Amino acid sequence: MAAARTTGGGSTAGRLAGLAGLAALPAVVLGIFFVLPVSGMVARGLVDDGALDLAGVLEVLGRPRTGRVLWFTVWSSAVATTVAVALGLPAAYALYRLRWPGRRVVRACLLVPFVLPTVVVGVAFRQLLGEAGPLGFLGLDGTARAILAGLVFFNVAVVIRGVGAAWESLDARPGEAAAALGASPGHVFRTVTWPQLRPAVVSSASVVFLFCATAFGVVLTLGGLRYASVETEIYLLTVQRLDLQAAAALSIVQLLAVTALLLLAARLRAVPDPTVARRSVPPRRPRRTDVVPLAVTGLLLAFVALPVAALVTGSLQPDGPDGGWSLEAYRALDGRGTAPGQGGTALVVPVTEALVTSLRTAVDATWMALLLGGLLALLLTRRSRSRTERRVRSVLDGLFMLPLGVSAVTLGFGFLITLDEPPLDLRDSPLLIPLAQALVALPLVVRTLVPVLGGVDDRLRQAAQSLGAGPVRTLVTVDLPVAWRPLLAAGGFAFAVSLGEFGATSFLARPDDPTLPVVIFRLIGRPGPLNDEMAMAASVVLAGTTALVMLLVERLRVPSVGAL
Amino acid sequence: MTLTIRDLSVAYDDVPAVRGVSLEVPDGQVLAVLGPSGCGKSTLLRGVAGLEQATGEVAWDGEDVSRLPTHRRGFALMFQDGQLFDHLTVARNVGYALRLRRAGRAEERRRVEELLALVGLDGYADRLPRTLSGGERQRVALARSLAHQPRLLLLDEPLSALDAGLRRRLASDLRHILVRSGSTAVMVTHDHEEAFTVADRLAVMRDGLLVQEGPIDAVWRSPVDAGTALFLGYARVLRGPAAAAVLAAAGAPGAAAVAVRRSALRVDDAGALTGRVVSLRSTPEQQRLEVDVAGVGVVDAVASLDRRTAPGEAVTLSADVTRLAVVREG
Amino acid sequence: MRRTTVPALLTCALALSSCSLVGTGDDEAADRSTGDGTTEAGGPVVLVTHDSFSLPKKLIRAFEAETGYELELRANGDAGSMTSQLVLNVDNPLGDVAFGVDNTFAGRALEAGVFAPYRGEWPDGVEEYALPGDDEGVLTPVDNGDVCVNVDTAWFDEEGLEPPQTLEDLTDPAYEDLFVTSGATTSSPGFAFLLATIAAYGDEWPSYWEDLLDNGAKVVPGWEDAYFVDFTAGGGGARPIVLSYDSSPAFTTTDDGEDTTTAALLDTCFEQVEYVGVLAGAENPAGAQAVVDWMLTPEVQAALPDSMYVFPVADGAGLPEAWAEFAPRPEEPLAVDAAEIDENRDAWLTEWQDIVSR
Repeated sequence: MAAARTTGGGSTAGRLAGLAGLAALPAVVLGIFFVLPVSGMVARGLVDDGALDLAGVLEVLGRPRTGRVLWFTVWSSAVATTVAVALGLPAAYALYRLRWPGRRVVRACLLVPFVLPTVVVGVAFRQLLGEAGPLGFLGLDGTARAILAGLVFFNVAVVIRGVGAAWESLDARPGEAAAALGASPGHVFRTVTWPQLRPAVVSSASVVFLFCATAFGVVLTLGGLRYASVETEIYLLTVQRLDLQAAAALSIVQLLAVTALLLLAARLRAVPDPTVARRSVPPRRPRRTDVVPLAVTGLLLAFVALPVAALVTGSLQPDGPDGGWSLEAYRALDGRGTAPGQGGTALVVPVTEALVTSLRTAVDATWMALLLGGLLALLLTRRSRSRTERRVRSVLDGLFMLPLGVSAVTLGFGFLITLDEPPLDLRDSPLLIPLAQALVALPLVVRTLVPVLGGVDDRLRQAAQSLGAGPVRTLVTVDLPVAWRPLLAAGGFAFAVSLGEFGATSFLARPDDPTLPVVIFRLIGRPGPLNDEMAMAASVVLAGTTALVMLLVERLRVPSVGAL
Repeated sequence: MTLTIRDLSVAYDDVPAVRGVSLEVPDGQVLAVLGPSGCGKSTLLRGVAGLEQATGEVAWDGEDVSRLPTHRRGFALMFQDGQLFDHLTVARNVGYALRLRRAGRAEERRRVEELLALVGLDGYADRLPRTLSGGERQRVALARSLAHQPRLLLLDEPLSALDAGLRRRLASDLRHILVRSGSTAVMVTHDHEEAFTVADRLAVMRDGLLVQEGPIDAVWRSPVDAGTALFLGYARVLRGPAAAAVLAAAGAPGAAAVAVRRSALRVDDAGALTGRVVSLRSTPEQQRLEVDVAGVGVVDAVASLDRRTAPGEAVTLSADVTRLAVVREG
Repeated sequence: MRRTTVPALLTCALALSSCSLVGTGDDEAADRSTGDGTTEAGGPVVLVTHDSFSLPKKLIRAFEAETGYELELRANGDAGSMTSQLVLNVDNPLGDVAFGVDNTFAGRALEAGVFAPYRGEWPDGVEEYALPGDDEGVLTPVDNGDVCVNVDTAWFDEEGLEPPQTLEDLTDPAYEDLFVTSGATTSSPGFAFLLATIAAYGDEWPSYWEDLLDNGAKVVPGWEDAYFVDFTAGGGGARPIVLSYDSSPAFTTTDDGEDTTTAALLDTCFEQVEYVGVLAGAENPAGAQAVVDWMLTPEVQAALPDSMYVFPVADGAGLPEAWAEFAPRPEEPLAVDAAEIDENRDAWLTEWQDIVSR
């Protein structure tokens, strides 16, 4: 970095150089691995024989099917987000503001759905909701409600974690003062707690909305063929019909919608004083009045546990529901899986090997996400000295969220058609998959770190500088002690995301070192003696590993300030 | 309209913080609860407010409110800091309780103006809390607590976060405001000066127990034990022969233990006690001495500025009976 | 502090023990770009394939030892996704040789000129699986299988009903609400079934589908949904008639291995053949050709059923016992011309979607 020891505010050139230095790596990475592939795919679709074919694009946009698909995506994502927030808020309260035995385990368990491969959960859900299933009487199979349930199942954890972390460190005193003035608990929440909590809720909700809007497996599996979202439509258009023009048109619409959403969220998230006072508040024992949040948490746990329980029982009953219990499916995971008399190597690699590959990929994805996320968080939390600086920062703030909102198909295919010539012939690079996963985890990392670093009093930095500490030293002395815990927690989340990520990476060329979700996908796609039980057993292993990792991270006890 | 607390106990995780405290605060009076950090006084206050789970009874005007949740007890609460609603202006902060009771816009505006004038913040109606200084914020908090004329005002170390000079000024302002509004109040503090400025009655707590309670001068004049005396600002507690000697010098009846203020013994040529000066320090008001008195030990004494003396000199001291307090237990 | 050091150490240990992937791949990547179309014998050869590809490591090592080439695999989604990517990257191929383009997607690949002509020594029996319309001889068949309607014979026995035999039977009210299939837009066997009905009914296929749906047929997104959730013999579902493969009965044998509880309706089968081909513009065409030849060797052909659940194309390749006994092949499966599929795919899928979503 060019900036030398700066005195006072530092020269403008020095500051800009410093900022540019920080921004360089994230900008380059986002440029190469996001902007380039997406624009490549879109351009491929828009340009017909060398000329820009906008008429074709408009024609696609005008089709009634496009309108239906768009409408379904928007309303299903909005409803699912609302339900997730409605359920997640009381659960966040119960899990982060109250103290009761086992809450850390429950916290870790609620994050497990995030990692489960959609295809297996889809089967488990359908086994529950299908005609012959225990919940078949509800008649939900193949309906929109099943899709909504699936979306909530996968994403409620984001709300709980994001809001919970913010709520954990919220000062309780204004609320107590309001109660003493005569405000009922509901009124206190509405008039005092909510304004303080709103930024965290909006952040979490926008991430959940993006996840829902680009959900592929859930819509496909649970909704049957009656419902199509923009994401499934893009997939069909690109893969089945190779209609790149229509796919490009929809991708553009997706991008515009996501940008609009991010602008709206930024508006809603803004508070007059961004450094809300943070105070470590010890959680208290539950009281009679807390029965509602606790009940909601219990319900959520049951809701999340049902499909997982279905998976577990399915994996332990290799001979069908009447066949008795056995660990056969788990034993088969160790080797190549030959059942006597049937022949059949169900697995190319033992599940243990696939798990190790998954873990290694996740490690890569995590350090990449932390590196990029850390740099971005630093960048976003420096005090802006001028208007342009502030503008650039707010643009960056939204930019890194974009990869979440863009179709995995577009991104994956885009990688392959744009990164195919030297010096960027990266198609074969082992870095590609972890990087794609890191891009998905990036928003979560940044949103965890920004409030922490933003809450550090600038005077501490100034004090360090006046004592002679250079920029790097100041960073280490002032920011790092505050940030290392949230950094680890964000790392844990990124790890979990990477373990379960299957969307973008399924469209990338992979060397034959499959990760666990791929193996599970293979297992369930073909008949074989134990195949679906093995798929379920492997999913249980994946879920168990994730829960363990999350519990470890929980133990680090990030006490306060990680708002999403 | 008395506040009655009967046998109130609060425990955190089976560790008792408040043990069986019983108190009464008559209408219109201010009770200061005094004690060292960790003695349970804030917990007591929170227990009365209903913010902690407590056993025992809290009654107002004979009516038991122990089962009621916080927002129905009618006891307003004020903290050291950090209780204003950051997203609302001063006027909207102060008017919060009125809005809860649907007082009507005009009524709210009138009352807010009245209160801001009472606390000395005219014209601050449209300011935001983060633009105010510490003292101003506490005044706003006070105004807010008084807005709806609560039954009882509970103040948890309201002045602790302010600097010394501001604290003194605000303490006397607080007294005036409380008297003018006729509020019944319980104030928790660790500063005995503050307690004396603001309160009518005094309660002393130690280790979760109520040690002494009563009108301020009564408590002041006869602390119940040595620890209390020291906490109330007495410099030393003398026992046995030393106590007898000092009391005799003061012309008071003998007792097993006596608490002595720093200014109780004065250099006086006609004094009854003799001793040798050990150390000497000047202050703007007087000279502060340490004197080794025969039969008593090293005690503090004062001398007026024009009485020249030096360490090692022999002096005689007289004892002022108004600056002594007999400690009830030895 | 004690509370946090242990988990912190554990986390670090986890991180350190899982050495990152970065180090391993770099050497391979560096070797790739010789760029001039010639690689010394014994270099890497890149096989592009789909997610369901699997052959025993033993066979791969034998190939590498014998030919001196290093086989690298690139797995790419499903057959459709892989074909699309091959078409998009036709100027800059993803590898040297591609396996997994099947007869339903071959038309698209041929049209785009993805493959280069090559015909090695074909064992007996392979010729009949050659793709009609492949005039330049770019595709070599490797395996085949049929998508057929399967029935749960045990269930029908219990109910005392005669199981259906033909496509037409599926519209019979006697079999109302008993059939489940996967969708043509969302699953490859589903699309094969649609093609079967097109082959059988020609232009009347929409009315067949309307009848089918009127008779209570259920359409679900994926094969696994149909088989593992709704099929009575697969997952304890409610429907005894399912769309699956002709090899599926080999996996539903009774405990003693004497009999199977399901059967495929051989009159309803649609043939799926998978091909391998040398990619046009490959960097290692000699290696690619070696791979093509290798896939037709008796060892690989014999390994196909166990590894990929498909039948070999070479005569006399040998089948596992259960397959030979319980999975009969159709004599004359239904088929549709590859070029025709490519031309009408869009229109057919759109119309099918319309019918199904009514």
